[in-house]
Order: sequence, then C-alpha cells, then structure tokens
Amino acid sequence: MSTRELACAALVLVAAGCAAPARVETPNLGRPATAAEIAGWDISVGPDGVGLPAGSGTALKGAAVYEQKCQACHGAKGAGQPNDRLAGGHGTLASKTPVRTIGSYWPYATTVFDYVRRSMPYTQPQSLSDDEVYAVTAYLLQLNGIIGEPDEMNAQTLPKVTMPNRGNFVIVYPRRAR
Amino acid sequence: MDGTRRRFLGRALAALAASGLLTRRTNDAAAAEPPDVPASMKSPGAGFNDYGMPAKYESKVTRTLGRSQPGTTGSGAIRTPLEALEGTITPSGLHFERSHSGVPDIDPAKHRLLIHGMVRRPLVFTVDALLRYPMVSRVHFIECAGNSQLLYQPTPPTLTAGQTHGLVSCSEWTGVPLRLLLEEAGVERGGTWMLAEGADAAAMSRSIPMAKALDDALLALFQNGERLRPENGYPVRLFLPGWEGNMSVKWLRRLKVVPAPIMTKDETSRYTDLQADGKALMFTYPMEVKSLITHPSHGMTLAGAGLYQISGLAWSGEGTIRSVEVSSDGGRSWLAATLTEPVLPRALTRFRLPWRWDGGATVLKSRAIDDAGNVQPEREKFIAEHGTNAIFHCNAIQAWSVAATGEVKHVYA
Repeated sequence: MSTRELACAALVLVAAGCAAPARVETPNLGRPATAAEIAGWDISVGPDGVGLPAGSGTALKGAAVYEQKCQACHGAKGAGQPNDRLAGGHGTLASKTPVRTIGSYWPYATTVFDYVRRSMPYTQPQSLSDDEVYAVTAYLLQLNGIIGEPDEMNAQTLPKVTMPNRGNFVIVYPRRAR
Repeated sequence: MDGTRRRFLGRALAALAASGLLTRRTNDAAAAEPPDVPASMKSPGAGFNDYGMPAKYESKVTRTLGRSQPGTTGSGAIRTPLEALEGTITPSGLHFERSHSGVPDIDPAKHRLLIHGMVRRPLVFTVDALLRYPMVSRVHFIECAGNSQLLYQPTPPTLTAGQTHGLVSCSEWTGVPLRLLLEEAGVERGGTWMLAEGADAAAMSRSIPMAKALDDALLALFQNGERLRPENGYPVRLFLPGWEGNMSVKWLRRLKVVPAPIMTKDETSRYTDLQADGKALMFTYPMEVKSLITHPSHGMTLAGAGLYQISGLAWSGEGTIRSVEVSSDGGRSWLAATLTEPVLPRALTRFRLPWRWDGGATVLKSRAIDDAGNVQPEREKFIAEHGTNAIFHCNAIQAWSVAATGEVKHVYA
C-alpha cells in the first residue's frame, strides 16, 4: 500500500471517502452581514442587468460628462490617446492591426457601466453619480453607433443592448482549445 | 534615448553582471588573493539589522518596469530578473507585480472581507479572524496572462530573459483554503460562480468558477513566511494555483456567489485571446506548460569554449513538470535535463544540464512537458495556430543564439 493509499484510508475513517475532502473544523468567526452593508459594497453588474441601480442617462448628457471627466485620457469622441481608444475599429479584429474598442470588441454593454462605475475616472474612481455613469455609458455606445442619441440607458434598457462583437467569443472553460 | 530607457538598460547590464556570466573579471587591486589575509578578518564586522537586506554588491539586481499607462504610475507591470536568480523561490522583493491602479495602503485592522450573494449566511471577516483559521502552505508559481507576449512580435525582442518572461514568480503561499469559508457561508444550489473584487482603486474584479474556489483556492495571508508584500495583495489575496495571475485578486475585499459570470472588463475586453480569424478565446484560465533557459540567456557573454551548466525554469498551470528537454543544436537533437527536487505541481521547476561548448555558433532551446501530456510548442507552430494578436497566453519555445564570440542573443529559430 502506497503512502497515498494509506492517507486515503485514514481519511475514510473520518470522512465518507477519498473523493470528498475531509471536513475541517472551523472557528465560525464571520459576523452576519446586514443588507445595508451588502448594498453599500455590491457594485458588480452582470450581463443580465442584475445589480444595475436606479437612474438613467442619454448620450447627450453623457457627452458633457465625458468632455469634463474622460476626454483628457481617452481623446475627443473616444478617439484615444494618451490612453485606450474607446470608439471605432469595427471590422479590424481579423487584420494584422486589430483595434479593440468598446464598439469593435466588448461583448456586453453592462460591462461598460460596471467598469466606469468601479474604476473611472482613473484619478477619482467611484466619484460619478449613477446618472452620470448611465449617461457616459450611453455616450460611449452612441459614439460606436450602437444606440441612438436620444436613447435612454437605464436598468431596463442597458442589458437589452446587443454588442456587435458579441458572437465572436469562444468560451473554452473548462476545456481549453489548445 | 530617454531616461527610462537608459535606466532599463543599466539595470539589465547590472543583472547580467550579477549572473556571473560576463567575461570581464574583477582586477581589483584589493582582491584577497592568497596568501594575503582579507581585511574582513582583521576588524569586527557590522552589527545587527532589524530587517535584513541583500548584499550591497547586489543592489543592481532589481525588477524591470515596462511602463505604466500614460499619466499613471501604478497601472502596468514590473518584471522579475529571472536571469539573475537561481533555484525556484522568488525573493518577495523581486516578485513580479501587475497592478491595475496602483498599490493601495491598507491597514489590516480596518480591512474587511465580505462573502455574500447566493449563500445562506452572508458573512463579514476581519483579517484577525482569518488568521485564526486552519491554514495550509503551498509552493506555487503565479504568472501574468500577458507574460512572454513579446514573442508575438515579428522580430525577437532584444531584452533579457526577465524582461521578456519575468511576469512569473514562485513563492511559498500560506493561507486559509477558501473552501472552509464558503462552507461556513453555505453556498446555495446554483451558485456556480463567484465574483472576486479587490480593495484597490480599480476595484479589480474577476468571475471565478465555483469548482476552482472549492478545489485548491486559497485566501493567501503569507508569502515566503512573512505577511504578503503590499504589491502582492496585503493583507489578503485570493490565490488560484496555475491560473492566469490577475484572477488571484489582490487586496481581496468581496466574494459574491453568483449563478453565472459577471463579465467584468478584465474577462471580456482584457484577458481574452484574439485569434487570427477575429474570434477571441474567453476564460482561458490555466497558464500553459512553458520553460526557458535562464543561464545562459540574452545579453550574457560566455567566457570561451568549455564546460557550462545550462540552467532554466519550467512550469505548468495544468499540472507537474514531467520532463524538460534541452537542445544545443537549434532543435535537431534533444537531451533530457535533470529536474531539481522537489518537483511540485503548479510550481517553478529548476532544470539543469551540463553542456560542453565547442566555441562554435549554435542555438539553445528548452522544451517542457507536463504530466497531463502537454508539450511546449515551437514558436512557428504556436504563431501558426494562434496568430500574433492574442497578447496573452504565449508559451512558445524560447531560443537563444550563441555566437562564436560567446554573445548570447534572443533569436527566432
């Protein structure tokens, strides 16, 4: 009997078998989290829209926010420089010089809201109001020709936006393609 | 040449000097050649230090900063000088760092970890509480998904091994198996994913399959015996053995059990691998089997024909290194290198092989094979399969040319 088999045999005595790890006694030191505590920290938004807050915005309003808070890093109308380009690049992904932008590459519109709210503007993350985040999101989608200028983005409309490159992602977990 | 570039090259040369492979010998008049007795024996040495530091003569062995995003100082990556190191454990101060919005200053007394979502008991943990849980210690590498991405370039980068492949490091990580805390919270049926979020200014976040969280995920609190370094997630980070580095979310503050991936920025617009046909691979989690020769490597110069030891590193996110083969004739023939024990799963593995250099021009390569049967591919084959746009997950074979002059350079061969 190998060492491994011996170890498994020992575990069988305390657990049901080798496949399930033996249950380890733990001290239960977590305190219950209240609904208000969770609401204050839970800023993630899924592709189904779960997590989107109340509020709304349009591209028109978003343009003003963008010019004030985003343009210095991302260029006029999302053209990029000094940091990432956010608009254009459609039809370039299979070329030698792909341009990955929100419009050409990102598969979900909800990701724009989630990322802008949690991380942007770079020097003042989590400083925009939810209305401002909706408005900037609407502006970035409109710059990429995905929604129209008057289209209002809110918790109901944003998850319904279909991104142009949505169908070009191949999920390889749990099996790798290579 | 700007200042940054100059410093970059300066550090590279210093690292080469530290490797001992440069031909120039020290001809210091004060060298303690016998029969003279060295000065260090004729008066007492220095006193004690509160915290030990490397020898002052090694001060040039440092990490290499690529660049931070324009207008930022902490959004980028800094690389481990692999060519200046031996063995398999990376000194904590030389561990690579990839951060998305700088290193936060977190007082552990104020830090909290929230577990919520599809759990029966949403819980808040203090760091002191986590320190009372049963812990395990494991030696594992962690590698940035973007490591070795310069090999996608059409021409070989003229950079050292560390500057090209130094977004991998290996430590002994100690912490609490995440499974223990998830069991206390009670994951509900259908909670098949988990969002992990950091307490940095990027609120860096990734969706993690629950299967991995319950398998070998750790809440790491210690690195090489001491508490985590700030740039590696102090006071607590997620650690997912073998998987692309950014998923091991640093400064972990929140875990939300969810029924499906959240599709965060860093699992959609980043860390997806664009293929030549315009399709992108998503959720490419394990880092593939890889190896490289660190001695000799780009920028070093061999001091004449004779016996050398080839030394390098191999690793696989999909298992344990089974063998490493080395070619000293550009890939025509291969010899099995010796693997230095212990050979551990999802850990850097040191391989070594004696090599008698005849003084002629040649090309050195290494090729790793893991116990899942994965074989590290030649660069030509890898590029043919994946194109040059993927940025991430490049595990192509690294070739170094040796000229008759002894100069070692990065080549595609």
